[in-house]
Amino acid sequence: MSDAMIRLEHVSKHFSGAEAPAVGDLGFEVPRGSIVTLVGPSGCGKTTTLKMINRIIEPTSGTIWVDGVEATATEPYELRRSIGYVIQQIGLFPHKTIAQNIGTVPELLGWEARRIEARVDELIGLVGLDGELLARYPSELSGGQQQRVGVARALAADPPVLLMDEPFGAVDPIVRTRLQEELLILQDKVRKTIVFVTHDIDEAVRLGDQICILNVGGVLEQIGPPADVLSNPASEFVDDFIGGERGLKRLGLMPVGSADLEVGPMVGPAASEAEARAVMRRYDTTWVGVLDDERLVGWVSDEDLAGHTTLAEIQVRPIERSVSPTDSLRTALDLVVRSHERVALVVDEGRYLGTLDLESIAREITE
Amino acid sequence: MSRLGVLAQAESRPLMDWDWVWRNLDDIWVQTVEHLVLTGIAIGVGLLVSLALAAVALRWRHLYAPIASVSGLLYTIPSLAVFAFLAPFTGLGLLTAEVALVSYTVLILVRNIYTGITGVPAGVVEAADGMGYRPVRMFLQIELPLAAPVIIAGIRIASVTVIGLVTVTSLLGLGGLGFFILDGLRRSILFPTEIIVGTVLSAALAAVVDLGLLGLERWITPWQRGRA
Repeated sequence: MSDAMIRLEHVSKHFSGAEAPAVGDLGFEVPRGSIVTLVGPSGCGKTTTLKMINRIIEPTSGTIWVDGVEATATEPYELRRSIGYVIQQIGLFPHKTIAQNIGTVPELLGWEARRIEARVDELIGLVGLDGELLARYPSELSGGQQQRVGVARALAADPPVLLMDEPFGAVDPIVRTRLQEELLILQDKVRKTIVFVTHDIDEAVRLGDQICILNVGGVLEQIGPPADVLSNPASEFVDDFIGGERGLKRLGLMPVGSADLEVGPMVGPAASEAEARAVMRRYDTTWVGVLDDERLVGWVSDEDLAGHTTLAEIQVRPIERSVSPTDSLRTALDLVVRSHERVALVVDEGRYLGTLDLESIAREITE
Repeated sequence: MSRLGVLAQAESRPLMDWDWVWRNLDDIWVQTVEHLVLTGIAIGVGLLVSLALAAVALRWRHLYAPIASVSGLLYTIPSLAVFAFLAPFTGLGLLTAEVALVSYTVLILVRNIYTGITGVPAGVVEAADGMGYRPVRMFLQIELPLAAPVIIAGIRIASVTVIGLVTVTSLLGLGGLGFFILDGLRRSILFPTEIIVGTVLSAALAAVVDLGLLGLERWITPWQRGRA
């Protein structure tokens, strides 16, 4: 048996009065410390499934295991205090300060005031908010700040499991992207077992270690690492649901660091005009990068070279944009198509690593 | 005092006989306090009854409509008719007065408690539930505080209504500022000073209590400060 933090076995939910079950004979596992995203169209039972894990909804049949214990063996309120819960409406308590909101579950668990205070201070920093906000009320915060407080509140009693029900559904796309990034960074630090419900396949692909695609009626269509699902959809439904731009979506999952980089047309800062032109010819470009040891100083075009004998005489042009090894190939591709030279330069904290072009990015995805 | 004497006295009386006011300050104070006590009992008992009824309506939502209509019906019956109707059962006194007064508060209070609590955002309740709040704690720490502004708004309306109605209960021989109004009217020659004192103080009392409750609301709902 694998090290599953959450396991569903033959779980179904039939709401009274409904003709078809909301969830039918569903089974999957969430490995300890990983994120599984539940994604599917409306009516696919993803939220119902999530709410059965903390028993806000009781399953009609089947078993749910949380940390090796049947969920039904624990009183619902006790179970819920051991599971972090974040919802789309956030549900911060408007009449309590941010500090009181974050300290909710520790308070319910009867922690000492001093311990709660210390934990709250720790958490506000962990989600990237200023401690000055602690004395404020939720209505005084922006939507993005409120959602961060919601996450901090869910983490307060350090539960091993986090359930997130479309938590970023109500914020604008820019804030959503940032919250997604922050969640991944946070997850690197806290390593929780997270079940994340979304209707947005891009969000599911971006956040999930595994994505679990559900069809109407809570039917499991496919579960697996996003890259696998994108490259090998198990059914026509999955194929449809993933939608277009599958190549781009896969690129979005692949870090630049995993790609084979080209050395690129590079010369030293003291190179002669002839050397620079030779490198341009060899790489069939109209520019060369200027490399001082491992540091990328800038670049010059063939026009800049005219009338000079060495690079030392020339004011090199600054590198305006580059990608880092942790950026996705999709970001690199964006840079390639937007750059005049059709190239993305890869730099890791000032250290030059190489270049990517359309050809080399395409090669990564067809491999 | 002879009939003639009273007439003679009346003719010489100004609209406001301040002398009478100074002479009866003690009595005015006693009746004002009595007025407040009668109001307080009605609001207190009304709140308890309404909380119970609202709790029932919140637990079994289909009961809200019948509860609201019955208390609405009570609200429409003129207070004098209620006294007349109740007198054979409860006598002419405090009990009759309070039963009538309480019945007038129930409609307003039940409605405001119910809508206040059902008006608590669903997301807040779901979050509380999902974090392991149990029902009693949820009610006391989440639902009641968030419904407080609406509930207090109900208490304000109920208090103002009751303060006005308490003047009528003096018909049952109870105290309160209505005593002066009734006394002023009952004299063989109208005594306007007494009527004015009773009326003005009753209105002033309503205004003061209303403002006091508004202050209470501001004080216990600090999270609403700075919002429209």
